[in-house]
Amino acid sequence: MKNLTPYNQNDLGSKEEYILIIGAKSDIARAVARKYAKEGYQLYLMARDSGSLGEFSSDLRIRFEVKVECLDLDILDYNSHRNCYDSLKQKPYGVFTAVGYLGEQEKAEKDIGESVRIINTNFTGLVSFLNVVANDFEKRKSGFICGISSVAGDRGRKGNFIYGSAKAAFTTYLSGLRNRLYESGVHVMTVKPGFVATKMTEGLDLPKKLTATPQQVANDIYKAQKKRKNVVYTLWLWRWIMLLVRNIPEWQFKKMNI
Amino acid sequence: MKSWGNYPKVASTSFIISETEKLRSFLNEIDEVITYGNGRSYGDSALNTNMVCIKPKNYFLNFDETSGLLHIQAGALLSEILEFFVPRGWFLRVSPGTKFITVGGAIASDIHGKNHHIEGCFSESLVMFRLMLPNGEIVACSKTENVELFRATCGGMGLTGIILDAKLYLKRIGSRYIQQKTIKTRNLRETFEAFEMYSKQPYSVAWIDCLTKGKGMGKSLLMVGDFCDDGRLDFKQKKKVNIPFYFPSFVLNSFSVKIFNTLYYNKAGNGVTEQKIDFESFFYPLDSLGHWNRIYGKNGFTQYQFILPKENSYEGLEEILHTIAASGKGSFLSVLKLYGKENENYLSFPMEGYSLALDFKIEKGLFKLLDTIDGIVIKKGGRIYLAKDARIPRENFVRGYPKVENFRTLRKRYGMHEKFNSIQSKRLGI
Repeated sequence: MKNLTPYNQNDLGSKEEYILIIGAKSDIARAVARKYAKEGYQLYLMARDSGSLGEFSSDLRIRFEVKVECLDLDILDYNSHRNCYDSLKQKPYGVFTAVGYLGEQEKAEKDIGESVRIINTNFTGLVSFLNVVANDFEKRKSGFICGISSVAGDRGRKGNFIYGSAKAAFTTYLSGLRNRLYESGVHVMTVKPGFVATKMTEGLDLPKKLTATPQQVANDIYKAQKKRKNVVYTLWLWRWIMLLVRNIPEWQFKKMNI
Repeated sequence: MKSWGNYPKVASTSFIISETEKLRSFLNEIDEVITYGNGRSYGDSALNTNMVCIKPKNYFLNFDETSGLLHIQAGALLSEILEFFVPRGWFLRVSPGTKFITVGGAIASDIHGKNHHIEGCFSESLVMFRLMLPNGEIVACSKTENVELFRATCGGMGLTGIILDAKLYLKRIGSRYIQQKTIKTRNLRETFEAFEMYSKQPYSVAWIDCLTKGKGMGKSLLMVGDFCDDGRLDFKQKKKVNIPFYFPSFVLNSFSVKIFNTLYYNKAGNGVTEQKIDFESFFYPLDSLGHWNRIYGKNGFTQYQFILPKENSYEGLEEILHTIAASGKGSFLSVLKLYGKENENYLSFPMEGYSLALDFKIEKGLFKLLDTIDGIVIKKGGRIYLAKDARIPRENFVRGYPKVENFRTLRKRYGMHEKFNSIQSKRLGI
């Protein structure tokens, strides 16, 4: 067997283990759940109003013959997070966050309530939950954390910079967490999807060639997680698009409509 | 948008909706719509300016290991059912020649397979389905509950509402392999005799040469078989080859088709030969060839499938094969099949008799030829399959489907005629 130091050798993840997905109602989360179930993992699905995951969890059980448990989680109820995580009988081998709230930029500019909701859903709530997870994983010296951020966090633009800045903060958080957990062999992966055809983007006119399906995103995530990648763009083209976007000089960028 | 035949092409908006509540409010707001599954019907039956795509509604809701009863949402593909259930020893009771269709589409076309003479149509394997009516109301339909809606919706081409989910029986299999017999026949008479002789076999279908005139007219390869019982159910990922681009439309002509036919026919041994083949090659030979519709070129193709009542089948087919051979328009794939008893659904295609399916690329003079064949089909008391049609004149359709009047009346009663329409339904005045 290959020497995996400084990673823990037990950290390859046996398929009897659980994957925890939070924000499990999102289309990307569902695709990720199917992908991991297909590979034989058991699942914890967390979402607000987890009762509405009933049909989806039946689907996973019947298709893949895996164990699926649905649990309630309100990402904005920070004080509940520890209890929620502690209630898991068997601690998960990996955690996915697919929580996301796009919100409305224009509304957020006028209404601090909307701004706060965008920021707290996409950032504060996740920090609260992942802190709990990270402490446990660090102690156990195993596991992985995969956070779904966004290319919108790579540079602020007028169309969605409240959402974008919350995602930027989350990206930075994940980067710091990766740094902190490296020594304990816990892997942290940042996923930055570009356009994805989901409920969240329904009604937006997205360019076909740059738009991934949730299934493509899930496949990319699975592959990247197995290879312990740090930052993943999906579709891959977005890495280069965002490289360009990040390198436009600010004096030019501020004049642009993109 | 276009269907599998790449003809016709239609400018349209498709709405992708999977949640029942959203579907209901959508129906409230939209003027007219048709449900679109996986786009594998050939003609214009799932096309309109507004289409609602139900493919994401694909959850497996329940499965009873003892009876094989599967409760599943309408957007799930048959290929998904097979992927997860063949390794556990289950198969569809009725399967068409492609697995890439949705459960909803299978109901709406009341599809049939190589075992129609034994198991009947897809609706025969159904216990019930739930249908969303034009006003958003959801009703359960079965052979005992809302029977009229059941009879109208099975084969009803999506014109009665949106099928949400269904309960259907799977059947036990003991292997993923099929023990197949290939019977080579020298003319139409022999082909018919072979069909009758092997009518006890669960699965049967014949490839027929449509271009040979004279003594060899109607020569065929009849393939019959059943599942083996060797316990080999292991999942096999089949390699898929894609047709990467549209072939120029001159590639398929009567000459190249003749060469293909000769090679294909001669490849099989004389008389009766036996093979053991994977169920995918037996049921879905074309599914391993992605985008095979591109072979017919950018102008697309049409599949023409008709059925004749048994007593007129021989004469009718003889006349039609004469007409096709004389026209010189080659059908690349021509499939002949014996059917069992007709069911009571209003618009289901099968009747007891023989059906022939022909693929023609769209070209000048084709529709005239098909009109001529229509004439013969109607004269002999047959009908044409709506799931494959893009051109049949209205009067020919009506004469083939005597129960269409009941269907129309029911549509009016529920206001379906104002909400659910396809280009086909308007063309045919259904």
